[in-house]
Amino acid sequence: MTKSSFKISSSPFVHGGLSVPEVMKSVIWALLPAAAMGVMVFGWSALFVMLITVAACVVSERLFNIIRGRPSTVGDQSAALTGLLLAMSMPPNSPWWLCLVGGFFAIVLGKQLYGGLGYNMFNPAMIARVFLLISFPVQMTSWPAPTPLTGDHALTLSQGLAMIISAPFNTPELLDALSTATPLGQFRTETGMGKTVREALGGAFGFDILAAMGGMIKGSLGETSAVLLTLGGIYLLRKRVISWHIPMTMILGCIVPAAIFWLIDNSTYPDPLFHLVTGGLIIGAFFMATDYVTSPVTPKGQIIFGLGCGLLTFLIRTWGGYPEGVSFAIVIMNATVPLIDQYTRPLTYGKKKQTL
Amino acid sequence: MGIIQRTLKKFHGGVHPVENKHLAKHCAIEEIPMPKRLYIPLQQHTGTPCEPCVAPGEKVYKGQLIGRSVSNVSATVHASTSGTIEGITEHMVGHYSGLPDQCIALVPDGLDEWDPTLKGLENPFEADSKSIRDKVREGGVVGLGGAVYPTHIKLTPPRGKPVEVMLINGVECEPYITNDSRMMEERSIEVVEGAQLMMRAIQATHCLICIEANKPGAIKAMEKAIQGLPNFVVQVLPVLYPQGAKNQLIEAITHRQVPSGGRSTDTGATVQNVGTSIAVRDAVLHGRPLIRRIVTVSGRGIKRPANLDVPIGTPIQELIDHCGGLKPGVKQMIMNGPMMGTAVHDLASPVVKATAAVLALTAEEIVDKPEQACIRCGNCLEVCPVELTPCEIVWRAKNDLVDQLPEVHVKDCIECGSCAYVCPSHIPLVHYIRYGKMAVSAQRSEKEKAELTRQRSQAKLARVEAEKAEKERKKEEMRLAAEARKKAAAAKSADETAKPATVESVA
Repeated sequence: MTKSSFKISSSPFVHGGLSVPEVMKSVIWALLPAAAMGVMVFGWSALFVMLITVAACVVSERLFNIIRGRPSTVGDQSAALTGLLLAMSMPPNSPWWLCLVGGFFAIVLGKQLYGGLGYNMFNPAMIARVFLLISFPVQMTSWPAPTPLTGDHALTLSQGLAMIISAPFNTPELLDALSTATPLGQFRTETGMGKTVREALGGAFGFDILAAMGGMIKGSLGETSAVLLTLGGIYLLRKRVISWHIPMTMILGCIVPAAIFWLIDNSTYPDPLFHLVTGGLIIGAFFMATDYVTSPVTPKGQIIFGLGCGLLTFLIRTWGGYPEGVSFAIVIMNATVPLIDQYTRPLTYGKKKQTL
Repeated sequence: MGIIQRTLKKFHGGVHPVENKHLAKHCAIEEIPMPKRLYIPLQQHTGTPCEPCVAPGEKVYKGQLIGRSVSNVSATVHASTSGTIEGITEHMVGHYSGLPDQCIALVPDGLDEWDPTLKGLENPFEADSKSIRDKVREGGVVGLGGAVYPTHIKLTPPRGKPVEVMLINGVECEPYITNDSRMMEERSIEVVEGAQLMMRAIQATHCLICIEANKPGAIKAMEKAIQGLPNFVVQVLPVLYPQGAKNQLIEAITHRQVPSGGRSTDTGATVQNVGTSIAVRDAVLHGRPLIRRIVTVSGRGIKRPANLDVPIGTPIQELIDHCGGLKPGVKQMIMNGPMMGTAVHDLASPVVKATAAVLALTAEEIVDKPEQACIRCGNCLEVCPVELTPCEIVWRAKNDLVDQLPEVHVKDCIECGSCAYVCPSHIPLVHYIRYGKMAVSAQRSEKEKAELTRQRSQAKLARVEAEKAEKERKKEEMRLAAEARKKAAAAKSADETAKPATVESVA
């Protein structure tokens, strides 16, 4: 065999131009409106939570590359995306160390220890959130009331930074003044005390569905603006970065059983719209469950996976030990992916039964 | 009419690669001057290689047989022009291994003199199936769409399953390539005549000339050519790669899928390329074998793209020189289309029956990014026209899980390259799938060998046992015989000693 002066490779020789960084960038773009809304609603502290978490993820990724003696994989932008997703599922006033620990856990234990991007079993952002929720339940469930940047009580940039940095030496009155339950948490506590849906959601708490859709409710940093998250999801669908299978079925998997139970007894069970616009169902359906690496590759498998994520979310929210179940549902379903893929392989060309 | 459906069925998946057909689309077919030396490979088809039937120094006519078939699945090789056989040598061919192969070197004499013994059929359009097929076999015609399978076999009417419709494949879905559309525009009558002969051979009743919608010139020319022929239709298809793959074309027209491991005729349809049609016509009407073909020379790295009429055996370098040479910055030379072709190592490699195009691609046109880990995006599943799970095949092939490859249907892959085209991780999926196919075949033959060895050794053991038993039996027999003899002898002697007494007693 002679050495050729031309490049020798296998067909095909042309390429559509899609690359991993481009995919990741699209998802980041799709998340940014909701992230910006998070900063608008919760103040500057939210921005710092995002910056610190993303930085923690990117630095962890690079450090692990160096330790393993591998070329840098920061360029694929998956670490940055993981950081953003994790930050958006954390309380907007999370202390700096919580962001660091979360980012490190997501990248190192959630991804790199498995072999890096493509080899991880669980969604890194989701597994890190579950880890934080179990390890630091107080910090992970202290939700500040919305303090819009435009509002009277808005913190300045430096105050926001101070709040993140000063933790865990948080001034108690500041934390107390800000902490309240999320609608889902509130609902769980109040119905647990024997109140009806109307009492739990109405009254002092004053749950407003329109506010929820816009994001003006308590909750994780970016989980709350259902409208902007849906727009981001539609952008990804239009760009064909994701397909409808997982988001659609996950949402249906949650709100259909919710609707059935609500129709049976609307004094005990909240209406499906409540499930839809509070908590992490939308961000989970469009951005978390659709993570390529940890979801099935076959369309049929994606439908099963989505339905499973939705149903588990509903089950955990309704009867589980936590008010919110999206991250648990996704992590549990992640574990079933190899099995789902194996049993949902499409029927190959020429293997279908047909009359000839 | 029977199996032809009124609507077109879209096959699963598919991609839209940048066509780049404008580069050579309007270039009329031109003959290239005869090169100084031709290298004609003895294997240009799928099947058994030919045996040379000429000797170095021998003078040959244009069209004279120089490579003989030694089995049915083979296609003869002929001299592309008149001249002298220089030798039978190993020469570079456009195989992607970069290994040389047996070629006949022919020095043209410049006379281009046809073999006077070559004759067509007397009444070709009334001829029977067998005489058409024989002419096609003598002419060394193979499928020119890429598979290079011997055409005479494809023209044998299958037993029990009549072929209703013949699809003439002018889809030409590979980017850059324009030779089929030029042939349809310039030689439409020849295409139709070839199709009529092939229909007679395989006893098909209808003929659809299938063309993608992006070739209005070819569509117009073919529509004109089939005027007055009631069983002919020009079928325009939407542009989608790989619409020209035979199974996907059959599915589009008949809504039926060729059974896995079966033949296209199982659906009642058969597919032939437009170039093949012309080659069949020349072989049957004039007895002229397949010694030339139309080659698109294109790519952004070529000075003057063209569609050339080239004698088989012409070194690629000659084509490039005729087209003004290469521009600076050519990174890759490809034989055939950029989706399914092969990379050329050496420009001395000759044009063969399978060469539809020679492409000079620059850095902007090719993919040159490092392979990354699969992120399981599922794009490959979405575009696969066979509905495979390409990423799962690759995963198994890479990890040498050969046992698991059949369950992901590795053998059904048509290697169209759509999966690799859309892969964001730049994984050369087709490469791994080819490796997987070979690993499965190797394992299968290994298993068969082991099974044969096992059977043989068992047979030997049984034979040894049987021989042993036979020996034992013989020994036993001999022992018994000896004993019997002894007994008999003893009895005899006893008899003799006892005899007098008896006599006495009797007495």
